[in-house]
Amino acid sequence: MRIREVFRFAFAGLRANKLRSALTTLGILIGVGAVILLVAVGKGSGAQVQANINKLGTNLLTVSRQAGGFGQRAARNTGTQSSVSALTTADAQALVDPTNAPDVLTSSPVVTASPTATFSGATHQIAQLVGTVPAYFSATNWDLAEGSLITDDDVTGARKVIVIGQTVATDLFGTTMDPVGQRLQINSVPYTVEGVLKAKGSTGLNDADDFAVAPLTTVQDSLTGFGSLNQIVVEAKSASATTAAQDEITSILSARHHLKATASPDFRVLNQQSLLATSDSTTHTFTVLLGAVAAISLVVGGIGITNIMLVTVTERTREIGIRKALGAPRAAILGQFLIEAVLLSLIGGALGVAAGLIGTRFTVAGVKPVIVPASIALAFAVSALIGLFFGSFPANRAAKLHPIQALRHE
Amino acid sequence: MGGTDGADGAGGPQPVIELGDVHKTYGMDGTAVHALRGVSLTVPTGDYVAIMGASGSGKSTMMNIVGCLDVPTSGRYLLDGIEVEHLSDRQLALVRNRKIGFVFQSFNLLPRTSALDNVELPLVYAGVGTAERRRRAKAALELVGLGERLSHKPNELSGGQQQRVAVARALVTAPSLILADEPTGNLDSTSSADVMALFDRLHRAGRTIVLITHEHDIAEHAERAIRLMDGRIVSDERNGARGWLTDRRSAGKHESAGKHESAAKHGSLT
Repeated sequence: MRIREVFRFAFAGLRANKLRSALTTLGILIGVGAVILLVAVGKGSGAQVQANINKLGTNLLTVSRQAGGFGQRAARNTGTQSSVSALTTADAQALVDPTNAPDVLTSSPVVTASPTATFSGATHQIAQLVGTVPAYFSATNWDLAEGSLITDDDVTGARKVIVIGQTVATDLFGTTMDPVGQRLQINSVPYTVEGVLKAKGSTGLNDADDFAVAPLTTVQDSLTGFGSLNQIVVEAKSASATTAAQDEITSILSARHHLKATASPDFRVLNQQSLLATSDSTTHTFTVLLGAVAAISLVVGGIGITNIMLVTVTERTREIGIRKALGAPRAAILGQFLIEAVLLSLIGGALGVAAGLIGTRFTVAGVKPVIVPASIALAFAVSALIGLFFGSFPANRAAKLHPIQALRHE
Repeated sequence: MGGTDGADGAGGPQPVIELGDVHKTYGMDGTAVHALRGVSLTVPTGDYVAIMGASGSGKSTMMNIVGCLDVPTSGRYLLDGIEVEHLSDRQLALVRNRKIGFVFQSFNLLPRTSALDNVELPLVYAGVGTAERRRRAKAALELVGLGERLSHKPNELSGGQQQRVAVARALVTAPSLILADEPTGNLDSTSSADVMALFDRLHRAGRTIVLITHEHDIAEHAERAIRLMDGRIVSDERNGARGWLTDRRSAGKHESAGKHESAAKHGSLT
């Protein structure tokens, strides 16, 4: 009795009921395919978030006001926020300091608004209009598509000029007209379009290109007033210098805001690097969750194998009886049905890998999936194990059948 | 031990079947069914035996035990000199494979499997190589007159042809014993005659054959008829002439195997 013969019998058994075999295989196919595809989607969305963070600039730090962290609770308890100082343009300028902040390259004060822009009848609400200084563009990785950027002169002169993002440009000027040099109105104040920015693409729900930049002073003048800045965007000298720069910013601003060493700060420094790490762990959790859901469908597919193999064993009881009467040892019967189950799951697994790989070529829910090779190996191995595990019960039942009872079975 | 039966005088150096006071009981104490109540029997090599009896007489149980599909509750069974009663499942499977060729009433061929593959099956479990297997299976099918239908599936063959495939399958391992359980039970008279002619030929070639049947005209092909009733052998006759059983309808000689109540009061078997 050779193993090759047992394989031959198992194949013949599967061929005898093609539709049933195909449907059982489908269960595993879907499970394995889902594991590969969903893990790839999870990985892909993680990669996308990282790419978006990189687009913002990896050596970027943003300082924003906060009545924050523990301070927020304290403020609520005392019923006052008076201890929270405003971020000022002077704060921003103080951060560019070769002695106290050697790791800071540039510092840009930022005010934001969300005004309505009109141009000869077309109206567009700009999601974010930033009033800032020229250093902002390089810090946040914005490139110019055409025209020119805002200059220091524009800021000091509070000139009514604006640089717009792609979404704003197409919404107001269409695809054919060149916006540079045109005059548009923002909350009824006329601005001259100086330049158009290159597209950055959407970051999930937000359209990064629904964006415009004007001189800090202009925006303060006409839209936000001269109160606190919304944030200060700081560019560190390199990505690896961001942690040092964060410490320097914290000590300079603490001194300027006269904070005691023990007090919680009234500002927050956000580090893109730490954001990257946070998003990394978030997407990891997301990927694991997706994989778990897919794994459940794989287990369901395995139960399908048990189910169909039990039916097969019952249906072929007489065949088992004949084989036993002719001298098939228990191991041969066990092997035959076990191999049938494993073949079902392996074929399903192989097709599932193929389906998963094909599926990952498409964009799923706006995410370009990234294949994780380990998930392919794992899903395939698990599918083989599932065949063994879920096939062993029916195969064992077949092997244990008594030949007389099996032969009498109708 | 019940001793050898009287009808068989000489016997070969090694009888194929040697049953000694075999009992078989099914179920527990309260509801126990005594299917065999002390059967002793010796079948020498080359014998052609018909085991007869009404349903419930214990002949199916006898067939299962003789065929190593079941083991006796008590008593001794030697098949070709091998003590079978204490063998494990695996060893029983091996004994069935090497020593016994089965022919069943309902043919029991594997469906959707060609005649050749069906005949090869016991050789597969015997571990015979592919080429050798094919050669022997072809030879066996030619012997039963089906050399032209090697690739036919059971559903493409008539009942008589299917049973001849089954006989070829029983022959192919060259077993010590061919055990046929109502081999003509599902066949019309022509096919029955064909199959019985085949058994007669095998007998002349020196095979040991045990037929289990309840039909007189089938049993008449055998040279020896053993009648079972209520789990005991009630007669054991040897003849060979055509029609030798028809006028001997009542139970003849009563074996002294079991010392229980006499079974002689039971009359006709048909």
